[in-house]
Amino acid sequence: MTEDRRSIMDAPAVERALSRMAAEVLRLAGGVTESLVLVGIHRRGVQLADRIADEIERAAGSPVATGSLDITLYRDDLMVVGPRPVIGQTRLPGLGIDERVVVIVDDVLYTGRTVRAALDELADFGRPRRTLLAVLIDRTGRELPIQADVVGERVEVPEGGRVEVMVPEIDGKMGVELVGRNA
Amino acid sequence: MTRQQEPEVPTFGKDLVGLEELSREQLTALLDTAEHFKEISVRPVRKVPALRGRTIVNAFFENSTRTRVSFEFAEKRMGADTVSISTTGSSVQKGETLVDTARNLEAMGIDMVVIRHASSGAARFLAERIPSSVINAGDGKHEHPTQGLLDLLTIRDHRGPIEGLKVCICGDVLHSRVARSNIHGLRRLGAEVAVCGPVTLLPPCVEELGVTVFRRIEDAIEWADVLNVLRLQLERMKSGFIPSLREYNRVFGVTRERVENAPRDLLILHPGPMNRGVEIDSDVADGPHSVILQQVTNGVAVRMAVLYLLSGGRPEQAETVKQGGEG
Amino acid sequence: MRPIVLRGGRVIDPSQTTDATIDVLLADGRVAALGESLSAPDDAESVDVSGLIVTPGLIDVHVHLREPGQEHKETISTGARAAAAGGFTAVVAMPNTDPPIDSPAAVGFVRAQGEAARAARVFPSGCITMGQKGEQLTEFGELIDAGAVCVTDDGKPVLSAGMMRMALEYALTFDLPVAVHEEEVTLSRGGTMNEGIIATRLGLTGIPNASEDVMIARDLMLAELTGGRVHIQHVATRGGVELIRAAKAKGIRVTAEGSPHHFTLTDAAVEWYDTNAKMNPPLRSATDRDAVRAGVADGTLDVIATDHAPHHYDEKEQAFEDAPFGIVGLETALGLAYTELVATGLLDLSTLIERMSCAPARSMSLDRIGLGSLRVGSAADVTVIDPRAEWTVDPKTFLSLSRNTPFAERKLRCRAVRTIVAGRTVWEGGR
Repeated sequence: MTEDRRSIMDAPAVERALSRMAAEVLRLAGGVTESLVLVGIHRRGVQLADRIADEIERAAGSPVATGSLDITLYRDDLMVVGPRPVIGQTRLPGLGIDERVVVIVDDVLYTGRTVRAALDELADFGRPRRTLLAVLIDRTGRELPIQADVVGERVEVPEGGRVEVMVPEIDGKMGVELVGRNA
Repeated sequence: MTRQQEPEVPTFGKDLVGLEELSREQLTALLDTAEHFKEISVRPVRKVPALRGRTIVNAFFENSTRTRVSFEFAEKRMGADTVSISTTGSSVQKGETLVDTARNLEAMGIDMVVIRHASSGAARFLAERIPSSVINAGDGKHEHPTQGLLDLLTIRDHRGPIEGLKVCICGDVLHSRVARSNIHGLRRLGAEVAVCGPVTLLPPCVEELGVTVFRRIEDAIEWADVLNVLRLQLERMKSGFIPSLREYNRVFGVTRERVENAPRDLLILHPGPMNRGVEIDSDVADGPHSVILQQVTNGVAVRMAVLYLLSGGRPEQAETVKQGGEG
Repeated sequence: MRPIVLRGGRVIDPSQTTDATIDVLLADGRVAALGESLSAPDDAESVDVSGLIVTPGLIDVHVHLREPGQEHKETISTGARAAAAGGFTAVVAMPNTDPPIDSPAAVGFVRAQGEAARAARVFPSGCITMGQKGEQLTEFGELIDAGAVCVTDDGKPVLSAGMMRMALEYALTFDLPVAVHEEEVTLSRGGTMNEGIIATRLGLTGIPNASEDVMIARDLMLAELTGGRVHIQHVATRGGVELIRAAKAKGIRVTAEGSPHHFTLTDAAVEWYDTNAKMNPPLRSATDRDAVRAGVADGTLDVIATDHAPHHYDEKEQAFEDAPFGIVGLETALGLAYTELVATGLLDLSTLIERMSCAPARSMSLDRIGLGSLRVGSAADVTVIDPRAEWTVDPKTFLSLSRNTPFAERKLRCRAVRTIVAGRTVWEGGR
């Protein structure tokens, strides 16, 4: 049975949101890019992080370090999930994350568990001076006391529904859709 | 166009008893997953909490420091609690110990058991009797699946996709569980497989496993891209399978001269421990064609992948999966 | 003891080439009369066996009763009762017990225990050599006087050709059969199943056909040389069947056994290390199985014998290499033989009875005491068979103490329904 789908952000809307997010990240970093590390969470957080990093580079004129994080092995529900999720690549900049400003980038902030896992994993890599969270979509439904510092769009999702972000590299297009529960 | 779903790994059974029963997809998933686990071994904190709270017992009924330590490393890097029990009882007690071990483990509620035993079929014997996952670390002459996997991974690292590669397993194939696992794994992934050794040390009907048989090492080297050189045990000479180790080295040894005269750039593997100067010469084992040390490194990653993929849970409890993996 | 008259059954007695629906009167432990509408004494027990088959009692010349020494697996008593439940009126017990049966006292012990069981007759066999060590002959004469019907070192081969020659020649004094387990131990080399692709895949050492054939050839030549009587046990190879066929054509005095598992199963049954498919000689290829069937069909293998080898559950609950060899067979033999050989058209019923009663009796000279026949004056050992009975093998119902069979849940046709020994019903059931 196909579910109801409704677009809530088209490609241009996403691009505008990413631009706003880039500007806000740069502001929170005090306008300085050398200490920034943008770490995208698999899967789609990685592509969003790359785009935000590009925007910051254009605005500031200097490069921004990026990395990717797969949090599968740190999930708190790993032992009940099945089939086994595929593990993506975890790669952090060669200089590490000690004393840097790490910005975790993800597509949707929902229960907060993914971010919790990401914080645990980052702790095994080093000790940033400061860690920030940037998400394209902040939706209701938090199960942990976690909030985002930079938000693209806040969305109310009806019970039983969900938000899906699409990026060209994976889904062939850019956009955000509300799915299910009569979208 | 709808959003691409999260890619899924093929399901695995409760146990890993051998490579013979695995599909191509399962083998590939194991290797791909091991690839990711390599990275963990070079992190500042060489540990992930994936198996935190799980208890794993290493039940080694046959001596093996290398394999046991490799499994212990893998288990600890996955955050599990490990207990190693080694018993080298007399053959009279072998049988009692195995059944009693099974019953005790079941009573203790262990999550996973890694077993090495001198009798072929011991891993399956245990797997059929306890609800815990059973991982075969070598049972008699039957299979040594994690060794087979790390050999496959090492070959893939250095020679790319296994399909179409020509791999020859050299030496005492008759008594070798490593050889059997290699044969099954390589063939499933599409390699051409051969064996080479004195006929006394080749299993009966080995061609029916789908392998070419070479009676001379020169012919094997002429044909192969990769050689996996097996250890020759001293007792084979004492039991009359070969007249002497010296003759074995002269006729079948992987020597520098033979390797250098090979038509292709051979890749040399050895499961270890090596009998230098018998099946393989030192300058080959330590030389540019050898990837023996990488095999050991890959061993930990492969074992972590096996633990990860076998520890799968109960899908009906996974809310996160139903919500499409959002966090 | 009351006389018994069996009325209206189809009497099949190959020893008289009888196949007719007639009555049988048993009195004083003997067959008293055969014929239509027999008149019977007033006190006779009349049994209606119409629709059933009446045969000379079935005889299994190769069973391990484990007593003395391993009574946890089987005793002479439980074995004799299991035999009766399988339709057997007599068995020959192998001497590889603990201690082995190599003295007259030991033979006497087995005989006494057999009599006390009051079920199937138990005929002891004696070892060929003291302790089955292959070094020194046992006292054949003394063993025979104590009740032994043959000598065998079964469980082991007679390693030395010279010793085998000696045994065959010495046995001629008594016209005693020498029964042999054929295995060349330097070829079998600690193997645990048939040598072949399955053994290779499972990582088990195989026992090649040559291990049996080499010894069968040797012993046939020695039988030829000496004129002695050799009885080749549990023949499992096509080569072995061919050698025996050729030997018989030359007039060599050889009798041979085919076991139900060897004409039913192949080494495929060992798949995934089922210890209930582990025995020696092992289950072999389809070609070997078919050769054993053909051998039983044409009489090259004169007798069907089970090699009934009970083992305790714990002993079979081990990794394959560590478990002992052997399976039980007394309670499935008739059903397997009928289902695999008669129902398939390979043998007729009369030939089956020849293989399971008359020939076994002759091979052990038991015909001289009236076994294997329903001729008037023969022993009143009778098996009543229902050839239409369809049943499923359930080891839990075995009278044997052990349950180690690969045939659990197999559907078989044909079953014994009454077993009479010396004119007394020792078992009834199977309906």
